[in-house]
Amino acid sequence: MTETAGTTGQENRVMDFSDDEVIIGLEIHCQLDTLTKLFCGCSTDYRDDGPNTHVCPICLGLPGSLPRVNRKAIEYALRVAKALNCTIIEESEFARKNYFYPDLNKGFQITQYDRPLAVRGYLDIEGDDGEKRVRITRVHVEEDPGRLVHKGGADRAKYTLVDYNRAGIPLIEIVTEPDIRSPKEARKFLNKLRATLEYLGVFDSEKEGSLRVDANISIQPKGWFTREGKGKADRGRAEVKNISSYKGVEKALTFEVTRQKNALRRGQRLGTETRHFVETRGITTSSRSKEMEQDYRYFPEPDLRPLQVCSWAEEIVLPELPDARRARFLTQYGCSPIHARTLTGDLRVAEFYEHIATIDPVLAATWVADTLLGELNYRDMGVSRVSPESFRELIVLVKEGSVTDKGGVEVLRSLLDQIKESGSCETPGECVGRLGLRVLERTGETGADDDPVAKAAREVIAEQPQAVADFHAGKKEAFNFLVGQVMKKTRGRAKPADVNQVLSGILGKEG
Amino acid sequence: MPTLTFSPKDRYNAFITTLNEAGTGPGKLSGIGIAVKDNISTSGIPTTCASRILEGYIPPFDAHVVTLLKKAGAGIVGKTNMDEFGMGTTTENSAFGPTKNPADPSRVPGGSSGGSAAAIAAGMVRMALGTDTGGSIRCPAAFCGIVGHKPTYGRVSRYGLIAYANSLEQIGPMARTVSDISLLMEILTAYDPRDSTSINCPYAHTPDPDVHGLKIGVPEEYFGEGVDPRVASVVWEGISLLERKGAEIITCRMPSMAYALAAYYVTCTSEASSNLARFDGVRYGHPADTKLQWHESFQDRRRNGFGTEVKRRIMLGTFALSSGYYGKYYAKAQAARQQVRTDFLRLFRSVDVIAGPTMPTVAFRLGEKTDPLPMYLSDILTVPANLAGIPAISVPCGTSEGLPVGLQIMGPHFRDERVIDVAYAYELGVAR
Repeated sequence: MTETAGTTGQENRVMDFSDDEVIIGLEIHCQLDTLTKLFCGCSTDYRDDGPNTHVCPICLGLPGSLPRVNRKAIEYALRVAKALNCTIIEESEFARKNYFYPDLNKGFQITQYDRPLAVRGYLDIEGDDGEKRVRITRVHVEEDPGRLVHKGGADRAKYTLVDYNRAGIPLIEIVTEPDIRSPKEARKFLNKLRATLEYLGVFDSEKEGSLRVDANISIQPKGWFTREGKGKADRGRAEVKNISSYKGVEKALTFEVTRQKNALRRGQRLGTETRHFVETRGITTSSRSKEMEQDYRYFPEPDLRPLQVCSWAEEIVLPELPDARRARFLTQYGCSPIHARTLTGDLRVAEFYEHIATIDPVLAATWVADTLLGELNYRDMGVSRVSPESFRELIVLVKEGSVTDKGGVEVLRSLLDQIKESGSCETPGECVGRLGLRVLERTGETGADDDPVAKAAREVIAEQPQAVADFHAGKKEAFNFLVGQVMKKTRGRAKPADVNQVLSGILGKEG
Repeated sequence: MPTLTFSPKDRYNAFITTLNEAGTGPGKLSGIGIAVKDNISTSGIPTTCASRILEGYIPPFDAHVVTLLKKAGAGIVGKTNMDEFGMGTTTENSAFGPTKNPADPSRVPGGSSGGSAAAIAAGMVRMALGTDTGGSIRCPAAFCGIVGHKPTYGRVSRYGLIAYANSLEQIGPMARTVSDISLLMEILTAYDPRDSTSINCPYAHTPDPDVHGLKIGVPEEYFGEGVDPRVASVVWEGISLLERKGAEIITCRMPSMAYALAAYYVTCTSEASSNLARFDGVRYGHPADTKLQWHESFQDRRRNGFGTEVKRRIMLGTFALSSGYYGKYYAKAQAARQQVRTDFLRLFRSVDVIAGPTMPTVAFRLGEKTDPLPMYLSDILTVPANLAGIPAISVPCGTSEGLPVGLQIMGPHFRDERVIDVAYAYELGVAR
């Protein structure tokens, strides 16, 4: 930074953002994938059922009903706490968070407050500057409230309906320390967390509303959080509430970085603010109605006994987690580090890969990590839509040379389109046949009249005299061009090795 | 199923709902009509807590204790009047009008289980269920001249009891005789896993009147300031009777009594402020006004639905839990509560039971107590048992000014049998 003439040093410091740091802390709410609710026996699987069909006196909060803790939910939460390397609190307790809202069945939410289930853990992620550790402040268990339904949209509805099917679904809240330094890193953290939760078998990321994030974000002078930076002024922060998708988190935070930087550049004071993420517009807006600090009047839930679950935690044997699986993929299958990371980043993908890895681990890794995931992503589909058996057949066809790599991709695209359309697809073999993509088998020696590759090569040579001349003039690129033309003419059905051999044979003779 | 007809003349306004016919069956309570306080859920029968806010609410389930009574063959003949949500010492705070004391209709029956006590004292039912948060079974039992027992906290399931102060309250039996109290305890203590604070400790006991060698502690504080000397002397006579039957009287001290009342009122109002938040007109009771914004509708429902005393206690509790005050009030109250518990545990190392008056005075005149504070003070002798969670019974022990006086006997945790034995000894001793 150079001093601009006419500005004082003071002003210049205000303008100088080269030394700034984005500081992000996350508060993540995840639904625990139990069969029944946190405090009653109602089923949690209400997806295709009408409103208020999975309710009972307890989750409706009828007077006189009492909560009873679902042991499974606590066990699931302990698995998470353990996987996040947390200390389990010897005696934790439930507390009441008191506030009024129409979706809140009892006028309070049963959650945990000053004695949470577990504290002080960490999760290692692939950060912006390599491997990094994000510290976990706490993990606690709580119940979900009901859901408001505004008939005709939130703005125009004349009245609001309440659906208590979701009331009492067990959630865990995971709070991180402000260790995240960019929106992208936040996304990576969430991806790693999601993978970990799915590996633990406690979370289904495909369920609607299964994950909600509140993000604290501020831009501070570098080192503000360290001891040396303590004297520097706090520039204020925003808490962005209720972001309900993984992509949304990165979007909301990216928007906030820009917004806050602009505000600081204009010399505005930011203060502390609660903001709301508008998913459809990709922006955050100030939620003024909530500016008044709520007093939740927490106190210990008198209807439940304190939890003493250290011994439960000791009995839990964690399954293989993403990092361990990644290490195993490197050694067992010889995957590249990038492939290993991609393949283990999602439990379903990892399992899908292991289904087909036996054919040829490296080939399978390339096909799953590079090709399949890309094509799925393009179509906004999940890997669970694809049958591993069908994909295995395709890989076998590629490996034995019945279809070229390029032809294989074409087959895959067709199959995925079919699945997207109708939910099912033909077999890869059928697809290869229908599209006429079976590799052209050489039927004779180079130059034989009926050999399809030779035929195509001769046609190309006849059509491209300039390229042929260039080749003879010593231009190597001309040869590659001709190979490409032959591939095009055979619609990718010729093996590149064959084309090479045939072309150089013919051109050599001519020369 | 055989039925029981019940068509009483309710001269004392003891009932909010009466049922002309009640089904009965075989069992220990076969053919007995029982009245249930109206804060205990009864499937298909309105349950109001004597509040406008629950008008029209019909629970879809029975409280655990109601299920047990029915299983034992009893017929539920009606729902009794009470102070709204249990908040009161006179049964005057009811949306359905006050209950009168059958011993003297110009007097209150005590509260909050005043309807249950009056129904028994008037001979309308043989037994009834009450609930006791700070004396709500024992006070009306004393004022009406019947027996009432507050079980050890956790001995009877609270499932279906509409909560006032969860950590203090218990459902308990009320009857004319100690034997009937004992009989009801056998039924009510069947374990219920739905109440996480309850403990599997069934009561299977026949009262034994032998008090030879029993050590009875009498805390000075139970005969101290605020206790009517006439009531005190009646109770002393009662305690002397037990001494004549072979018990040993040991005077003792309970210093924590100084904080007990404050600890009690902070705790119960705090819990109540949260418990009563669910009454918002969204799910039951008078429906919310959909023309209003939700928070306006909530305010409207609650302003009109709750009585004055309930609103007062909600505000007190809300204040006590507020940030900045929690440490001064709620947390301090819990510390004081622990001291009460410690005092009792210490005393029970040297005595078997503790005895004293149930109430510092006889029944008040209807409308006599209008200021809440003196009213709260009258709970001073009953709240310690709730704070500590110990069993306590009130048994009639004569009269003062022609009005019933109750002798209170408290015992160690889960020794309900012992306090019932001592009450039984007293009852038999008087009879002879």
